[in-house]
Amino acid sequence: MNAGSALPLAFAGLLTAAAAPAGVVELHTERSLYRNIVVYDDDGLRCMKFGRHAAGRQTCMSLADRDRLVFDYTRMMMAALYLNPSPQRVLIIGLGGGTLPGALQKILPAARIDAVEVDPAVVRVAGKYFGFAPGRQTAVFEEDGRVFVKRMQKQQIRYDLVLLDAFDHDYIPEHLLTREFLLEVRSILAPGGVLAANTFATSRLYHFESATYYSAFGDFYRLKGSNRVILVRAGGLPDWEELARNAGILEARLLPLGVGREWLLPRIGVESGWPPGTRVLTDQYSPSNLLNVSN
Amino acid sequence: MQTAQLDGTRKALVFALAGWSGFFVMAVELLSGRVLAPSFGNSIYVWGAVITVFMLALAVGYLLGGHYSVFSPSLRRLGALLIAAGLATLPVVFFGDAALDWIFDRVNDPRYGSLLASSLLFFVPTAISGAVSPYAVRLLVSSLHGSGKAAGSLYFVSTFGSAAGTILTSFYLVLLFEVNAILLGMMAVSVGLGLCAVLFGGPRR
Repeated sequence: MNAGSALPLAFAGLLTAAAAPAGVVELHTERSLYRNIVVYDDDGLRCMKFGRHAAGRQTCMSLADRDRLVFDYTRMMMAALYLNPSPQRVLIIGLGGGTLPGALQKILPAARIDAVEVDPAVVRVAGKYFGFAPGRQTAVFEEDGRVFVKRMQKQQIRYDLVLLDAFDHDYIPEHLLTREFLLEVRSILAPGGVLAANTFATSRLYHFESATYYSAFGDFYRLKGSNRVILVRAGGLPDWEELARNAGILEARLLPLGVGREWLLPRIGVESGWPPGTRVLTDQYSPSNLLNVSN
Repeated sequence: MQTAQLDGTRKALVFALAGWSGFFVMAVELLSGRVLAPSFGNSIYVWGAVITVFMLALAVGYLLGGHYSVFSPSLRRLGALLIAAGLATLPVVFFGDAALDWIFDRVNDPRYGSLLASSLLFFVPTAISGAVSPYAVRLLVSSLHGSGKAAGSLYFVSTFGSAAGTILTSFYLVLLFEVNAILLGMMAVSVGLGLCAVLFGGPRR
């Protein structure tokens, strides 16, 4: 890992916790097939990070209030529900500590949830240290996200909600950020189905990513914080009234997670303004990691 | 022994062909990961499948190239090998997606899927490329005494070419061009260099 140069500014905010040796208790370290996993407690939070530096914090859970979503980006991902408040069938690509599937199991007890994680070690850690227990309606697949999507496409399975959360702080599976992949995801969306993607907020990659999502879906909403969450809906984006109405419906269920409409709604906007002629990322052209490091 | 000793220009051409062949193999190997990722992911086993197939293909190529070099070796035939390796890569560009899709539908385990796919698409061109080195050694060797030296120089040039192909492809070419454009461009260089050898590699008059 190239600790020095490659730190995306997106995560600079998290660096405040970087020094912090006092009070940090390391619970588990593991070299998995794909990365070094470290689980530790720090100041009331249980976190999992990939690599040595704290900017790699992948997931954190509040030990006092396990339901509360700790990171802005996980809260922003919940805005997907404003576009479709009652999904029956959900796909989550990238498990992390099981935060997103755990939260969705609670708010959508009737939904059938498929979670896909490429790294079996992450699945084990989510269960052992983050209390992630798949409910009866939830299935976890240890598999590459793209391969899974492709198979669902062939089997004509359709999802009402797809959450794409497969990107590390400094590594992007490049085959999950191409127009072809997004078109495959689009093909497994049911009518009115929503895709929410956790992506990067800075670096040269930003505009490429915008152009690529636009090429697959047309206009899309985005929420910006230290990350950018991209929201699209099959059949077109809802207008503001619909967003606000759905926000109202969901408010009571989302508040226990620490997400409220007053925080979420103002963050939603239509993305625009990438330079004309920005190259679309495709299976043929996808140097995402090179673009992400060169600012 | 009918092969005359090569003059300086022809020797240089042998080295150029071998160096380029090394470049070509590693660039194609890196790009093969890109080609397979949409169907099989880019997990460690996909790279395992790719590297296994390339190593096996090279091994077979060395054997065949060495064998083939016994029968009236010539610079022209070496050129033909390069042309053949270039042309054998064409199916990757034109039928790659169809082949991958076909395999994806039939092989559920991505380990064996990627192994089968890389065998189907990359074994033949890589084996032909593997034949280049021993064949080139035969052209360079003029005496028993100098045979080790000739082989050493040839390995140097060909492996140096591989290093160059690796870094240029992964650092720069993928940032500038599409995968197929890189493949087609490299095939053009292979065919061009091969044609040079075929045209100018005849016996010295």
